Amino acid sequence: MLADKDRIFLNLYGAHDWRLAAAKQRGAWNATKDMIDCGRDWIIAQVKESGLRGRGGAGFPTGLKWTFMPKEVKERPHYLVVNADESEPGTCKDRDMLRHDPHLLIEGCLIASFAMQAHTAYIYIRGEYVREREILEQAIQEAYAAKLIGKNNLHGWDFDLHVSHGAGAYICGEETALLESLEGKKGQPRLKPPFPANSGLYGCPTTVNNVESIAVVPTILRRGAKWFAGIGRANNTGTKVFCVSGHVNKPCNVEEAMSIPLKELIETHCGGVRGGWGNLKAVIPGGSSVRLIPAHEAETALMDFDSLSALKSGLGTAAVIVMDQSTDLVRAIARISYFYKHESCGQCTPCREGTGWMWRVLERMARGEADHSEIDLLLDVASQVEGHTICALGDAAAWPVQGLIRHFRHEIEQRIDRYRAAKGVHQVRMVAAE
Amino acid sequence: MSARRLAAEQPASFAFRAEAMPEVERQLAKFPPDRRASAVIPLLWLVQKQEGWVSEPAIRAIADMLGMAKIRVLEVATFYTMFHLEPRGRHHLQVCGTTPCALRGAEALKDVCLRRIGKKFVVRGDGAFSWEEVECLGGCVNAPVVAIDDYYHEDLSPDDLEALIDKLAGGETITPGSARGRQTSAPEGGAETLTDSALYDGSLERPVKLPNRPENA
Ligand SMILES: Cc1cc2nc3c(=O)[nH]c(=O)nc-3n(C[C@H](O)[C@H](O)[C@H](O)COP(=O)(O)O)c2cc1C
Ligand code: SF4
Ligand code: FES
Repeated sequence: MLADKDRIFLNLYGAHDWRLAAAKQRGAWNATKDMIDCGRDWIIAQVKESGLRGRGGAGFPTGLKWTFMPKEVKERPHYLVVNADESEPGTCKDRDMLRHDPHLLIEGCLIASFAMQAHTAYIYIRGEYVREREILEQAIQEAYAAKLIGKNNLHGWDFDLHVSHGAGAYICGEETALLESLEGKKGQPRLKPPFPANSGLYGCPTTVNNVESIAVVPTILRRGAKWFAGIGRANNTGTKVFCVSGHVNKPCNVEEAMSIPLKELIETHCGGVRGGWGNLKAVIPGGSSVRLIPAHEAETALMDFDSLSALKSGLGTAAVIVMDQSTDLVRAIARISYFYKHESCGQCTPCREGTGWMWRVLERMARGEADHSEIDLLLDVASQVEGHTICALGDAAAWPVQGLIRHFRHEIEQRIDRYRAAKGVHQVRMVAAE
Repeated sequence: MSARRLAAEQPASFAFRAEAMPEVERQLAKFPPDRRASAVIPLLWLVQKQEGWVSEPAIRAIADMLGMAKIRVLEVATFYTMFHLEPRGRHHLQVCGTTPCALRGAEALKDVCLRRIGKKFVVRGDGAFSWEEVECLGGCVNAPVVAIDDYYHEDLSPDDLEALIDKLAGGETITPGSARGRQTSAPEGGAETLTDSALYDGSLERPVKLPNRPENA
């Protein structure tokens, strides 16, 4: 188990005060001025050396991303935008950082903005997180009042930080959709290139980072890149807040070392699988957008980018959804398909039409009212959505379906056979779309 | 995608009340003066807070305030599903139905709503309640979750939800958070992590020397 002294989010559960004085007691805002005095090249080099990879789902190296910003500020200002849209099913970690450790995030915003020469940053928070937004706004007011941020602050880098918010649209977590939303439009993803580092918010150089990616930076600099890089495995370093939901005895969020074995995570922190490890059926290890893994793979999987992608799944947002033997997996995945159908922004045909089609077919399959040949048809449609859309929501909709068929095709087949036996039919030829 | 349209019946006009204006100004001040459209979502939220829903005259008023074409504001109001395009009950429940909540009993909570309130989106006869099923609320380790008005109620059993509805109906206030008395997202029964008292005794506030500090800094 990760030692308490190596944790970053010391108030993860809100057992202590989130306000400035208490946050400072826990180490926030300590030596921030020294970090700024060390210069932007040093900060970026440290973040690179720490091995930090983006915590928003894709795992892109954070330090490297920061170097994509123009070296000099020309007529267009630079922006940092923090992605607090947290809507990936299974994921609720940023919520704890926003409401319980907001000063780590605010400090991180200042440091990252300085490193990228941004004088303004926005935190875009999902509309449903009302309490979280109220706390974050108060914490920002405290930081202004204490001259930690704002014009002529103690750190010598003029810096404004604003909170904006959405109103119920998962797609606004996609970084370019988020920028559209922040500009006051529908949250529809932009075609890339141009990438935000060249043309982001208001057409200006912009970096979008997840809450956790930014909130860990101050502690990394305080304790040293080597400390962070020494936790986890090569290429998969640092601590990570995991969210474990579903059929465990004690669902919870917990900060652990990256690369912790999945089984250890569940047994040490979550009271084990309901009914014991032997009762496990499958795990979605990284939020609803990744492919599920069956129990025998969960036995040895490590919770990191490389181990899970070797299993054709992914670390995603590190949201572990545990499903025991009682789970109707076809229904569980059908509900995820419904989610993507509901959340598609509608601008690409394969996604707009494909998500609805996959959901409808899976709903029938959950009842058994389908044909065996439709399983391959479903796989085929999923593969036609995957990789053929503007943003990764198309992929995210295809992967859970592919994971289900890859590991549990036999369950769908049995369901169909049982339905037919009960109805006394041998062949139902369904028209796929309705 | 969800297709959403404006209500058939609309009020004649909309105006922010005087007491809403400081908040309107505060939201506008967050964005560059030539980027007022950025405030459209926050302002629609303020409309909804004042009126309970977003009407067509309000959309027009916001468009005028922000110098936007009316159609652009209409697009925003219909795209984002938290904007109510018709009146709701005095209390509105958002019941999360996505898989992590479904695995822990969201279905039974929907049944409670059907029985106690009625069909989705239909305001109960006495005007007190309405409900809808929503997608993941981002509180999954406390599943199942229901947002009532602005705040989250977590770890709910059907009985817990009924009790909340009863309290609201009786005019009582309800306390958000876990119905099982959990400390937010900590494991039930208390966390075994973050117990080292040295983290909280102020020693972390003492001056530190940054590791790997460059020579010349
Ligand atoms: C459909 C979709 C939804 C996303 N939702 C989120 C989200 O809620 N929060 C987040 O940080 N990143 C989300 N992302 C990833 C962002 O596009 C982006 O990669 C991320 O914010 C970058 O931050 P990072 O480099 O710090 O990880 C989403 C991506 C897609 C395609
Ligand atoms: S893939 Fe789907 S969500 Fe993404 S841009 Fe296309 S239609 Fe919109
Ligand atoms: S699935 Fe209900 S809160 Fe995430």
